[in-house]
Amino acid sequence: MMSNHQLKLQQSNRLTTGGRIDRGKPLVFSFAGRRFMGYEGDTLASALLANGVDIVGRSFKYGRPRGIMTAGVEEPNGILQLGSTEATQIPNVKATEQSLYNGLVSNPVNGWPSAEHDVMGLFGRFGGALMSPGFYYKTFMWPKSQWENYEKFIRKAAGLGRAPTKPDVDRYDHMHHHADVMVVGAGPAGLVAALSASRAGARVILADERSELGGSLLYSTERIEGLEPMDWVEKVVTELNDNPRVTLLPRSTVNGYHDHNFLTIVEKRSDHLADTSPDGTVRQRMHKVRAGSVVLATGAHERPLVYANNDLPGCMVASSLSHYIHRFAVVPGNSLVLMTNNDSAYQSALDWQDAGRQVIAIVDTRKEPEGRIVDLAVERGIRVLTGCAIIEAQGRKRVRGAVVAPINAIGTFVTGDTRLLRCDTIATSGGWSPIVHLSCHTGSRPVWSEEVLGFVPGSTVEQRFSAGSVSGSQTLAQCLAVGLATGIEAATASGNSDDVQMDAPSASAGNDVVGDTMPLYLVPHTKPASRAPKQFVDMQNDVTAAGIEMTTREGFESIEHVKRYTALGFGTDQGKTGNINGMAIVAKSLNKTIQETGTTVFRPNYNPVSFGVVAGANTDDLFDPQRFTPMHTWHLEHGAEFENVGQWKRPLYYTTSGETMEEAIAREQLATRNGIGILDASTLGKIDIQGKDAREFLGRVYTNAWEKLAPGRCRYGLMCGEDGMVMDDGVTSCLAENHFLMTTTSGGAARVLAWLEIYHQTEWPEMEVYFNSVTDQWATMAIAGPDSRKLLANLTEIDVSAEAFGFMDWRVANVAGIPARIFRISFTGDLSFEINVPAQYGLHVWNALFKAGEAYNLTPYGTETMHVLRAEKGFIIVGQETDGSMTPIDLNHGWAVSNKKPFSFIGKRGMNRADCVRENRKELVGLLTTDSQAKLIEGAQAVRDPNQAIPMSMVGHVTSSYHSAYLNRRIAMAVIKGGLQRMGEKVYFPMADGSCIEAEICSTVFLDADSTRQKA
Amino acid sequence: MFLIHCPYCGEHREEEEFHAAGQAHLPRPLDPDSMTDEQWGHYLYYRKNPRGVHRELWVHAAGCRKFFNVARNTQTYEIYATYKSGETLELDDNPVVGPTGSCLNLATYADASSLPEQGS
Repeated sequence: MMSNHQLKLQQSNRLTTGGRIDRGKPLVFSFAGRRFMGYEGDTLASALLANGVDIVGRSFKYGRPRGIMTAGVEEPNGILQLGSTEATQIPNVKATEQSLYNGLVSNPVNGWPSAEHDVMGLFGRFGGALMSPGFYYKTFMWPKSQWENYEKFIRKAAGLGRAPTKPDVDRYDHMHHHADVMVVGAGPAGLVAALSASRAGARVILADERSELGGSLLYSTERIEGLEPMDWVEKVVTELNDNPRVTLLPRSTVNGYHDHNFLTIVEKRSDHLADTSPDGTVRQRMHKVRAGSVVLATGAHERPLVYANNDLPGCMVASSLSHYIHRFAVVPGNSLVLMTNNDSAYQSALDWQDAGRQVIAIVDTRKEPEGRIVDLAVERGIRVLTGCAIIEAQGRKRVRGAVVAPINAIGTFVTGDTRLLRCDTIATSGGWSPIVHLSCHTGSRPVWSEEVLGFVPGSTVEQRFSAGSVSGSQTLAQCLAVGLATGIEAATASGNSDDVQMDAPSASAGNDVVGDTMPLYLVPHTKPASRAPKQFVDMQNDVTAAGIEMTTREGFESIEHVKRYTALGFGTDQGKTGNINGMAIVAKSLNKTIQETGTTVFRPNYNPVSFGVVAGANTDDLFDPQRFTPMHTWHLEHGAEFENVGQWKRPLYYTTSGETMEEAIAREQLATRNGIGILDASTLGKIDIQGKDAREFLGRVYTNAWEKLAPGRCRYGLMCGEDGMVMDDGVTSCLAENHFLMTTTSGGAARVLAWLEIYHQTEWPEMEVYFNSVTDQWATMAIAGPDSRKLLANLTEIDVSAEAFGFMDWRVANVAGIPARIFRISFTGDLSFEINVPAQYGLHVWNALFKAGEAYNLTPYGTETMHVLRAEKGFIIVGQETDGSMTPIDLNHGWAVSNKKPFSFIGKRGMNRADCVRENRKELVGLLTTDSQAKLIEGAQAVRDPNQAIPMSMVGHVTSSYHSAYLNRRIAMAVIKGGLQRMGEKVYFPMADGSCIEAEICSTVFLDADSTRQKA
Repeated sequence: MFLIHCPYCGEHREEEEFHAAGQAHLPRPLDPDSMTDEQWGHYLYYRKNPRGVHRELWVHAAGCRKFFNVARNTQTYEIYATYKSGETLELDDNPVVGPTGSCLNLATYADASSLPEQGS
């Protein structure tokens, strides 16, 4: 084990001074099992580069060695697996985004057996030419049956990171905000925009993905208002921080820009501190912002030029050199050859030289670059080769040289001899691509700008502004001036127009003459792309220039098709460095302009997000609201097993020790049929309906008649849709002349209430009727069985005799001293009373029933027994016997349809369509299996002829199937074509195992056909 | 995520509080029994699916539970106006974003409830 001192000495690429790192706070971390040291302020990428780690992974398809190429979110290569424990594994973290912390454990995601020595690398070097676009489609799909075997190998060799197999230990949450002005990006333009908008009086949110605000100023040398760039940033941030109407969100990526100026932002609150967030804190937070105005100051990504072997470790994007030197005091090499088609990249060479390292040459693809900075480089003794290009990098695991050649003025071919420049680092700049992703999320298409040589945000219906390099600003001074004006404009548009006395901050005019950028994307080689060494366009997906050209030759012309065939722009970087180059190559091979070729559509998210932050706190018990009845604690104490009914928790059955589910259900059934059982029916939907037109309204929404239902009486009702199909059922009671209580199925309560409201509000607003959900206001307990009258008589003062309290009557009475509504209705077919008391008295009355019920062996039963008991009596359950295609007639419920009503009630016209009144529709019938214990499966298909050849003619299916303890046999219900005319006929149910169950069609009423029990 | 102005509550609220309930201005036929199966089928199932301005019925499900009408552009998702059920609203050929649109600032259309009623 190396000492900290030895670890420190490993940092061969670390400068002794400078950088925004704290050398007093060394941090130890590991990569691929080796220990390294970095400093607070480092990213994982800067720390790896400081330690001279060249290879951080193997490429996805060819297994080629890859090194860090950029310094930000656009990084295609440096994607690592993080986590010191199984539960804290995070796949595909960009090393360039991950702040270093002490004890960080990282590994390559895709080297097998290791990143240094990779099996697929051989394939990539020697056999790689065979792996063309669509390779997997073309090769491994044949023979198709072998795909699963190929896939295992391919996944192992080429896959990206892996998900943890243990539950996430961290916490996440969401936060909602309203803002007048939302500024995305805290570079120079964003900072000034936030400043001017806030001075105009706006509530401002400023978000930036990096750990520090400043954007390009983090690595700039240009002074602003006479200050060092980061001193100026500090001054601005201090003012913003002191303003209570401004919220600053560093480490926060705006990932989605949705309709009506709604933005989703992921803030990484503790990913920079440790493997897991400190106790009680939130690891990541999603901010959901509704903004009056949005200012996009998202900046631009420098794109690399495409040349042969441009994926070798040591090949980097030019500006990232400045980034690593100035921000992290890291120079990722010793000798540099830099290629550029524009002026901006020269600064990186100057910074490299200032860091004491050697600049071998600047290779400028332009014949006569004119910018001031070009002269500056020459003055400083740097060799500048104009009209030339690096056509190929040489080396195996790291750049060893650059092959340079003169090229023609438009960069289409090599015009002279090549020469080799020895170096260990190649940096390139192909210009800057504005980061237009967010601007496209709401459907706006970006527009190609010849001036910028990139896409800029297009027009939008949103109140959106853009400022800085995303909108085409080319200099710091421009960014600052446009930022100022845009901030004020955005504030005014959102209703904040305080007078802003503010001049645009001045920028040091170091480079007042800027030369034009040459439109060059793919650098020519002496050989055509198909024969030259690989020229990578999209590093993460191993998409090459030759591959794209082949794709267009194969006939893929739409950029969307090219993307999907080659995988250009897929992956965790979404083509942030490669897209424009790829489009340029497509355009060139199709002889079109880039504007004509167009872009693919950018969609949220801008950057990968964790599932944890999407879920926020809505996990486990908070995943979905749970509803409990007033008697829930009693159920818990008495061995209830629960089932979910919508959001309700309902007892499925109650079990004592050693009793199986089947035994428990049989016991509950027999206790109820032979004595008395009790069901918690509080979950039934209850809607209070009042108003002088309430009765007429019921007549319109139910299929049956309501004009004669007297106060004190109850009636079963069927509710249909306009198509005539049953959608709900329940008992409605007349409480008073203009006052009714409707019950609905437990799961249908909200839907039925909305149904009543939409008809009242949009069709019959003239009717005076009011609906109110009272489901939660009442506790409902149904006692059923021959002894239920005796039990009730013990607890109430009213006469509950059959003569005084008839079937389908309801009464107001006290039960156990509590005012109650008692309904003599039955969902079991037995003598039954449903006792409703105010919810807060539910448990009290329930307990009183059990105390008095001891004498009768009062037995609680759950929904499973309820299902069996109702099926014995042929009562339907909407959603079980019905499936949206059953009319009341199909259900043999014609008795519940009144065609005499003057108003054409909902469902009447529908159920009288030709198809609904034809012969041979599926009709609800009972089934008795020939073998009384043969178990029909719900959903089993019926046939008439069990010996028919496959495919057999199916005539219906089983809707309910139970073992009836009371009848000591299986019973079932089914829908059978023309079933009501086929009583006594046999149908057959071929099972998956080859057996066949025979059953006889019968009435759905298996018990007490003349209803003497429930009317007792 | 839309920001929707409930004409009954008089406030802009998040889309999460609302449910869409299909095409607006589809009155139930007054005499269904006199209609042919085909006519009834058209009433039940045939709906417009325009690219551009569409009139939709929405309900403030987690709010006042009122149904109301929305004039929305199905292409740009702009909401030009919301208005109470039973009301109608004429839009220009090129409607600009109204008080419920994607922007919070403009009030080009007056509150729809103050527009003259033209029957349903």
